[in-house]
Amino acid sequence: MNEGWLALLQQALGLLFSLDPDVWSIIYVSFSVSFAALLITLVPSMVLGFVLAFAPFRGKWLVTNLVQTLQSIPTVVIGLLVYLLLTRNGPLGDLKWLFTQEGMILGQMMICAPVMVAMSQAAFTSVDRRAWETSRTLGASWIMAVWTVCRELRMPLLLAIVAAFSRILTEVGCSMMVGGNILNVTRNIPTAIALETSKGDFAQAIALGLVLLILALILNFALGSLRGKATPRSH
Amino acid sequence: MLNVKSQMKTFVGLVVAASMFAALPAQSAEVIKLATTTSTENSGLLKEILPKFESASGYKVEVIATGTGKALKLGEQGDVDVVMTHAPSAEAKFVEAGFGVEPRGIMENDFVVLGPKNDPAKIRDSKTAEEAFAKISESGVTFLSRGDNSGTHIKELEVWKAANVTPDFKGYTSVGQGMGKTLLMANELQGYTLSDRGTFVAYKTKLDLSVDFDGGKTLANPYQIILINPAKYPDLNHKGAKALSDWLISKEGQSLINNFKVEGEQLFKATYSE
Repeated sequence: MNEGWLALLQQALGLLFSLDPDVWSIIYVSFSVSFAALLITLVPSMVLGFVLAFAPFRGKWLVTNLVQTLQSIPTVVIGLLVYLLLTRNGPLGDLKWLFTQEGMILGQMMICAPVMVAMSQAAFTSVDRRAWETSRTLGASWIMAVWTVCRELRMPLLLAIVAAFSRILTEVGCSMMVGGNILNVTRNIPTAIALETSKGDFAQAIALGLVLLILALILNFALGSLRGKATPRSH
Repeated sequence: MLNVKSQMKTFVGLVVAASMFAALPAQSAEVIKLATTTSTENSGLLKEILPKFESASGYKVEVIATGTGKALKLGEQGDVDVVMTHAPSAEAKFVEAGFGVEPRGIMENDFVVLGPKNDPAKIRDSKTAEEAFAKISESGVTFLSRGDNSGTHIKELEVWKAANVTPDFKGYTSVGQGMGKTLLMANELQGYTLSDRGTFVAYKTKLDLSVDFDGGKTLANPYQIILINPAKYPDLNHKGAKALSDWLISKEGQSLINNFKVEGEQLFKATYSE
């Protein structure tokens, strides 16, 4: 390294605090795409997790295991799948979504849904069935009863959301393949870090890496303080 | 009995230790780390000619294919033994700054302007590359830029400059990808892009694009191999690097470059002259 670590770090912090438009555009793309994917999949995933936990139906075992498997598929494979769907001669080629934010959102939805389904299913399975039954016998409507259970489980459900979000915010494979890393359009934090490193320019890569690091710290400390308050109930 | 056993142990230990010592210097002498551009790798040239150098010399060449900018950076940092790139202005700086020594022009190919087969910007009858670029910027069609500091990207920026166009018009799309990936993206988006001819020919069957403009002095693309300065990094494999450089300018190396064909087309013209 000709440039010292300190000099690089200084440049990186300079980029962040001087509100460098390129850096902040990349951060904005990252968050807006990942939030969109998360918001679209949130409710359906939770509902599916709830159904898998509470409703006995044939083939439940199969669905549960499929979801578990989908969780561990590498993101580049999902990227490949979405790419083949959206390519000009592909089945969804007419949408013209390849190398657009819509395409990226689609890919990230497919990555975060299995995580949320599996983790919320585990959460709903762990709940005391009596919470559900009690609220039902006390005359709560179906929706209210679900709400009660969710409130009971806010911690593990929140964990599911955070885990899903951090997975899509940090994945590089699918974003690179489907988004194409286009400046100001589909260039997000992970693909920008990959590009800057391949160019040999480390300042911007470090700045963006710092953003992810700070975000991870904030999320974990926030969850940690929530967890600290969640004490076992005595009544 | 015991004695024999312990002797055996010592003997085996010694053999293992000796072979480890023997392996260490041998390893560092055998591998040559070559940083080069995605165009030489994507076209298949290195896969074709390097094995012949390896069997002739006993060295093993490890190729790190990246953009010219990164390749020169790796050379500056002493992470590789030798670089082979194609951006004369950046290479001159690399040598001037004392990182590179003995630059040798070994071959050239040329750049081509690719675009949709129906040529929406009507650049086919342009006189020069600059004129073709100006027409693209005025027509509002998509133009894909590598945007990765590679030799091709540097060349593209030079052409914009010569054409007096600031590359920030509506259709200008900076993708930050290697040559092959950029061609696939240009194909998907049906836009124009600047490519080296080698990668284009290697990808031709996959693309719905045609050469809408080529030729002229502006689009010539010379390649150089440059050694790393031993004074800066004494412990690199300088002997191997020199051997590779010498072999590439030898009669054999030069004729192998000339005879390398993809889809029946010669891609590189050997250019070394004493």
